[in-house]
Amino acid sequence: MAEMWINMGPQHPMTHGLWNLRIKVDGEIIVDSEPVIGYLHRGWEKMVEDRLYPQIIPMADRLCYGSSFSWSHVYCMAVEDLMGIEVPERAQYIRAMSDELQRIGNHLMWLGAIGPDLGNLTIFLYALRERELFLDLFTSLCGARMTYNYCRIGGVRNGPPPNWERDLVRTLDYFEKRMDEYEDLVDRNALFRMRMEGLSYLSGKEAVNLGVTGPSLRGSGVKYDIRHNDPYEIYDELDWHMCVRDEGDVYARYRVRMDEMRMSVQIVRDILKKMPKSGPIRVKPPREAPVGTGMARIEDPRGESLMYVVGDGTDKPYRLSVRSPLFVILSAAPAMLNGNRIADVPSIMGMLDVCMGETDR
Amino acid sequence: MEENTIYTVEQVKDRIAQEFPTEVKFDTKVKPRRLFMSADKEILFKLCTLLKDQLGFDHCSLVSGVDWTDRFQTVYHISSFSNNITVEIVVDLPHDNPEVDSITPLWGGANWHERETYDMFGIIFKGHPNLKRLLLPEDYTFFPLRKDFEVGGL
Repeated sequence: MAEMWINMGPQHPMTHGLWNLRIKVDGEIIVDSEPVIGYLHRGWEKMVEDRLYPQIIPMADRLCYGSSFSWSHVYCMAVEDLMGIEVPERAQYIRAMSDELQRIGNHLMWLGAIGPDLGNLTIFLYALRERELFLDLFTSLCGARMTYNYCRIGGVRNGPPPNWERDLVRTLDYFEKRMDEYEDLVDRNALFRMRMEGLSYLSGKEAVNLGVTGPSLRGSGVKYDIRHNDPYEIYDELDWHMCVRDEGDVYARYRVRMDEMRMSVQIVRDILKKMPKSGPIRVKPPREAPVGTGMARIEDPRGESLMYVVGDGTDKPYRLSVRSPLFVILSAAPAMLNGNRIADVPSIMGMLDVCMGETDR
Repeated sequence: MEENTIYTVEQVKDRIAQEFPTEVKFDTKVKPRRLFMSADKEILFKLCTLLKDQLGFDHCSLVSGVDWTDRFQTVYHISSFSNNITVEIVVDLPHDNPEVDSITPLWGGANWHERETYDMFGIIFKGHPNLKRLLLPEDYTFFPLRKDFEVGGL
């Protein structure tokens, strides 16, 4: 049968954003594929060269609506590294807590998105219902649902509001019960399992070489999590473990993310126990950064996000370079897609939690 | 992937200094689990081969470009899963002829980063399998992240 190229996107239910997946098919089998990105490119790295350092924090939020705290967090850490600022301990706990709440919120958005991809609208409604609880938590913490503008160079903007601990524990208790419900709905559903198991095998060695990070890497059996291997903030003092699966297929990537949500709940509970109840949450940063470079990397919900900032002695960055986890994972998409069938594309690509805002920047 | 030997920052530094005594200069900045250096562009590929094959650096985190108006820089962040070390390699390139060896043959993760750097700065990566524009349309004739690019507007 003749081979032909098919465009999936830029407008396609599979894409979750604006990008194009070109696949070369032989009948039903994908023999070659090429992701085409750039539809959402807004020149972020050029724009920030014309902004003051604090003005970039809300822009970093807008790199991805799903994990905006992680992005402002990694930006602030990179600038702190450049300026040589030590963050107060209480602020480090608050940042780690917000990071984990963000991870749960982001994974719930992903879970909601793959439901309709695989033909189940119920899980979409359930996951977004619970995500709203975490967005409510963020609203009471910093006043916004999605783009928080909460992290500051040298700390965070404000401490938790009154009754924060009560609300948080209540939400976590409720959420853990709901997690069982999701697993009943997805893991015990034969149709879901058939569309996930044994698909798109990626060996650990290949995943490492292609630069795949985050849940997709840990789904291939590689024990690597920046929170554990290159700890930032106070993650080395917390009681938690990495979630790893050895199978390397789509189902393993799904399981890693589900386990991570439970693990995030455990981390937040541990932070609540260990967080100092009072103390400074912010130090005043200098207006101008010194000449030099700063680098920070954190475990974003999707993988390793890294920012490299070059200062030239003024109050604006000379260059700010971003490593987006999805940018690299998408470049590895051909390795995951080739050899599978067209009908499997939504479940393979959906499992990566595609977000174009951070990919195109 | 599972490396048997685990190297410390000092051991990695000594090994590189032993192989490239004059070509690699180490930065005085000291941070835990980080190693900062600058390298000549001629030995970049050899240095990266050494890092990958003998010192267990298996992950290319980021390739980025910097335009210093009199020269270009490419900056490589390469990390090791077994040693938990990240090295930062800075390579200076002449402004009128920015060419450097591609490291994509070593780490597939560098593929799109190098394409993006070419897209934004016009730096040519020799040996890259598919060096064409990534984010911008293919018929653009300029490189927007260069400092001499006029942004316009206010």
